[in-house]
Amino acid sequence: MIQPTSGTITPGRSGATQRRQVRTLPLLLPAVILLLLWSILPLLQTILYSFQHYNLMEPPSAYNGGLNYTYLFTDSSTWTAIWNSVVLVAGTLVASIVFGTIIALLLNNDFPGRNIARLMAIAPFFVMSPVAALIWKNLLLDPVSGLAGWLMTLVGFKPIAWFSVYPMVSIVIIYSWRWIPFATLILLTALQSLDTDQLEAARMDGAKGLARLRYIVLPHLGRPISIVVMLESIFMLSAFAVIYTTTNGGPGHATTTLTYMIFIRALNDFSIGSASAAGVFAIVLANILAFFLIRAVSRTLQA
Amino acid sequence: MKPSLSSRVVLAILAWAAAFIMFFPILWMLVTAFKTEGQAIAIPPLLIFTPTLKSFFDATQNAGYLLFALNSVIVSVGSTVLAIAIAFPAAYALAFFPGKRTEFTLMWMLSTKMLPAVGVLMPIYLFLKNVHLLDTRLGLVGIDTLMNLPIVVWMLYSFFKDIPHEILEAARVDGVGPRQQMIHLLLPLAGPGVASTALLSVILAWNEAFWSINVTASHAGTLAAYIARFSAPEGLFWAKLSAASVLAVAPILVFGSLTQRRLVRGLTFGAVK
Repeated sequence: MIQPTSGTITPGRSGATQRRQVRTLPLLLPAVILLLLWSILPLLQTILYSFQHYNLMEPPSAYNGGLNYTYLFTDSSTWTAIWNSVVLVAGTLVASIVFGTIIALLLNNDFPGRNIARLMAIAPFFVMSPVAALIWKNLLLDPVSGLAGWLMTLVGFKPIAWFSVYPMVSIVIIYSWRWIPFATLILLTALQSLDTDQLEAARMDGAKGLARLRYIVLPHLGRPISIVVMLESIFMLSAFAVIYTTTNGGPGHATTTLTYMIFIRALNDFSIGSASAAGVFAIVLANILAFFLIRAVSRTLQA
Repeated sequence: MKPSLSSRVVLAILAWAAAFIMFFPILWMLVTAFKTEGQAIAIPPLLIFTPTLKSFFDATQNAGYLLFALNSVIVSVGSTVLAIAIAFPAAYALAFFPGKRTEFTLMWMLSTKMLPAVGVLMPIYLFLKNVHLLDTRLGLVGIDTLMNLPIVVWMLYSFFKDIPHEILEAARVDGVGPRQQMIHLLLPLAGPGVASTALLSVILAWNEAFWSINVTASHAGTLAAYIARFSAPEGLFWAKLSAASVLAVAPILVFGSLTQRRLVRGLTFGAVK
């Protein structure tokens, strides 16, 4: 797991801290033990399985060296899946940062009905993924009876069968719809903590709206944006339910991400060894991202 | 010197347009839920129609739906109560008795949240199978508790940090033990924070789909799994599916709206307040 880079370690251990340690240990222990079991045991087991030929349909299992890993990295479908994951994460990130920032800035202004508008803009984040998937798949993007198809015929185009022609774009649209509000919520909260005196002073000094945006507001959003980037990357690497509900990884392998590939190998093929090797790889990838997130959070802890 | 009236009007219109566009898919689902199946797939889309509650009746008539709704309630509330009970003493210890390992402990807890679920799917699945907890509420409650525990500890910790140490210090000097301090001082003092933490935990467990889809079947599935699974056979019944979906997301939309600002702390591990 990740070793956080810690900056404030008090040297030595006085009698007082020792007494404290004794007293707080029973309070901490349940949480710590449970999380240890939850994070370490399955991880070790996944690593163990990844070195075995282990298929639930054909027991028993046997050590097979690094064969699962050799297959993993020589199989072209692995690289397709990794590429799909990159496209999904990057597409959703770009959309949610760009639109999330714009919407947060718009909603931060004072205007009539502001609170209701905020609730409306943030609401999609609270919609569970399978529902989000179905709204888009059936009601909006369906080529025959969907709203988007009807709008396109209105302006003289042919309706598009989104999930067959642009499957990954469709998935990115659905996830963006759920994650733009997340970025909006975080950035709006950050904007509300912006020192209004500073903005007022800049205004007094004659700084125009765009200049204030460029030199005061956007720099203030730098850190929250980086937090959104890291959190969303981690969540989106594990994106599952929308793909499961709409395309099932298809057509072909067009929307099979790394996560979805592991799911199919594990619970469709019951090929535990090869799923575990891919799982270890996904864990390593996520931990690289987590390292940066933890560093950023660690800094706020010390601030 | 305020910005000119016309630019404020333009910005207000843009803000409302953005909010409306984001909300529209939810609105459209809501509208469709009040249509008949025929109206739901009509092209051009019907804007004016006589609303009917038929789809809501049809959707909830299905015995599976009610069971899965009940499962959602039990799993999200059960896992939240457990997570708070386990996290509360831990957050108390971390916030009020910081030692040299406090920061490491917090960071390590955060790091367990980064483990991609799919990477440990097989061990957890096989474990649940071996102890006969596959497709049980208890199994799912356990998973959701552990899944949300780091966030709950962090969020409580963040709220506890805002409480002046002196209050608890004074109680300690008077000989009030940790248990009494937690129940009689900390809980009321941090009440709103604890409530938002519980709400976030309920929201995350209610909306959790990955584990629910993978470790439950017909007995312990939640609404997320119900809707994900029945999408294929009931794909043609849009009004019914919309009604089922409206009922599944409505409570969370209300909860989420009540407390959105405080949720940010939990969602960002205290990094944005």
